[in-house]
Amino acid sequence: MDDLSLLPNKPIPPGKDQDAILGAVADEIANRGFVVAQADKLFNWARSGSLWPMTFGLACCAVEMIHSAASRYDTDRYGMLFRPSPRQSDVMIVAGTLTNKMAPALRKVYDQMAEPRWVLSMGSCANGGGYYHYSYAVVRGCDRIVPVDVYVPGCPPTAEALIYGLLQLQKKIKRTATIVR
Amino acid sequence: MPSLPKHSLPKDSLRQAETVEEWKQHFAVALRKSTDDITVFRGELSVQIELDQLITVLTRLKDETGGAFTQLSDITAVDYPERTPRFDLIYQLLSVTLNQRIRLVVPIAEDAVAPSVTALFGCADWAEREIWDMFGIFFNDHGDLRRLLTDYGFEGHPLRKDFPLTGTVEVRYDDSERRVVYEPVQLTQEYRDFDYESPWEGAQTSMRQIDPSMITREPSSDEEQND
Repeated sequence: MDDLSLLPNKPIPPGKDQDAILGAVADEIANRGFVVAQADKLFNWARSGSLWPMTFGLACCAVEMIHSAASRYDTDRYGMLFRPSPRQSDVMIVAGTLTNKMAPALRKVYDQMAEPRWVLSMGSCANGGGYYHYSYAVVRGCDRIVPVDVYVPGCPPTAEALIYGLLQLQKKIKRTATIVR
Repeated sequence: MPSLPKHSLPKDSLRQAETVEEWKQHFAVALRKSTDDITVFRGELSVQIELDQLITVLTRLKDETGGAFTQLSDITAVDYPERTPRFDLIYQLLSVTLNQRIRLVVPIAEDAVAPSVTALFGCADWAEREIWDMFGIFFNDHGDLRRLLTDYGFEGHPLRKDFPLTGTVEVRYDDSERRVVYEPVQLTQEYRDFDYESPWEGAQTSMRQIDPSMITREPSSDEEQND
């Protein structure tokens, strides 16, 4: 097989077909020393495989976010390492109640993130104010401040739910065309 | 403030007190109050005092009890909108050595100024800032009486009963201005209260609003057959 971009987009189960493709790739590398692939697919593969989240824990959701990163669920398996700096982050997990006082700080941190960047809204409070929807001090949804890609429901969502949300975000990245023609 | 005699009520005599009633007697002596001014609720003493007595009483509790009440657990306030004076300031004191608590209740008017107790108890600093923030009770000689919890430039005092639950402003990021802007609150759906069973809320919100003349009773099929 000369052009790997002709490969199907779906994962191929182990068997004769998979062996044939892996064999072809191995031959390609042995004979020529390189393989050919589509650039945007390669970029999306790299981006979705190393989603570094910005640590933005605001309330109790942060505890579940910590669980997702700890040894039991271990988001490191998906290449997700929590970063303490927005400059090094790809995705911001808004985990908890966003107050009016915090809103400008949240926007500032979002603005400091390098593109491409994504936002995951975690829990009822970040999604739409939740329990504090009618409060004098709470933003009714963090999408009033930053553009949100994935909403994870729950109060708080479990660590599994957050990981499911992150995997949905990976899917979203993979089907997004990143090169503007 | 007049200088007070030190240790007029030795800690030993307080230690020997065994029942709450005995405590009450001792503190009536220490605070120069009648025992009628001191109430006992669930084994804890509660003393009603006037605003101008506050510093004196706190000083006595701290110094004259042999250094027993050295810990100010909390200061809080209660709003009674119909009452004059409108607020109660509440000082919670703890004696670790005596295993005893005392609560001072100080009625204060809306326009009155409370004396700061930061000189006596350093921990009163943030507690008084929070009361200023939430209730709008002003403290004299505090030194740094800023709002503690609410947003920068916040208007109003949220724990006053007449403060609207949703406040007056909400925030949003404005793409053209490239900053977070403040706008008057616009709710897509008003706050609803479903607690019809509560004896405090339910009677006013549901039952009394129903006009009996609005209830029309449709004749049932049984009645038609009887006719």
